[in-house]
Amino acid sequence: MSDHVSAAGHDAADIDKHVRVYILVFVALMVLTIVTVAVSYLHLPVHTAVALALLVATVKGSLVACYFMHLIAEKKLIYAVLALTVAFFVVLMALPVLTTSNTFGIHE
Amino acid sequence: MEIPYTVELRRDTGLNNGKIGIWLFLASEVMLFGALFASYILIRVGAPSWPRGDTILNVPLATFNTIVLITSSVTMVMAWASLMRNKFGTFRLYMGATVLLGFVFLIVKYFEYTHKFHDGLWPRTNNFLAIYFTLTGLHMLHVIGGMAVNAYLWGPGAKLWKTNPTWFTNRVENSGLFWHFVDLVWIFLFPTLYLL
Repeated sequence: MSDHVSAAGHDAADIDKHVRVYILVFVALMVLTIVTVAVSYLHLPVHTAVALALLVATVKGSLVACYFMHLIAEKKLIYAVLALTVAFFVVLMALPVLTTSNTFGIHE
Repeated sequence: MEIPYTVELRRDTGLNNGKIGIWLFLASEVMLFGALFASYILIRVGAPSWPRGDTILNVPLATFNTIVLITSSVTMVMAWASLMRNKFGTFRLYMGATVLLGFVFLIVKYFEYTHKFHDGLWPRTNNFLAIYFTLTGLHMLHVIGGMAVNAYLWGPGAKLWKTNPTWFTNRVENSGLFWHFVDLVWIFLFPTLYLL
């Protein structure tokens, strides 16, 4: 039935377009996986290696979130929930930095 | 009593309740894994020396598992797209492939773990292995959980397709959101544990 319309308002042509994007994203993820592994064999300095690995992982993660999880076109409430999550996540990641900083109340 | 807003969208949010529920759950999952990542950073930064992951762990196997998990994310989203195209048979194929790829991931992980145990490398051996087993172990539990839900939707849960196809499609989408999150976590675990 080609004229199927879902509750989300997508029709068959929409889905065909989505599928083509999924395949492109899949190829991009594979290429980036190879890049991640290849870069690790270069034995770069730790700081550069960490920055590069996290950059590639962030690009890959964004592709998964935007296209497979449909965040590229989602409702405002989901964005609001995620914005709050990101804010708390940033604080969580900053905690180790703050606690290991000599200027933040920990004196050796 | 009928569960409200499983199919129709709430006027205030523009979403069905299942979708809001899964996103709130995923938000809590971000904090769970985030706490462990923060612990990892804290322990690693504070350690006088830290081994490179590839001197202890098997990078080719982990690369293979990364490819397996990314492929399973594609089959998962294709399963949902099949339902959106009203092709239940194709859904079954893609969803079956997703569950099978989950099994492949677990089998590879089993070999990785048993190899480590055989070499006398346990979580108690050092901080690196403690972090490695905790993060990958928790991730593996998520893979098992996702597989259980996907297997249910592939098997007995698929009966809903006959009576309420939109609700069933929404369930598959929500299960997919969880599965993609599991993939996303691995995308960060792989370089941080194995390659750095």
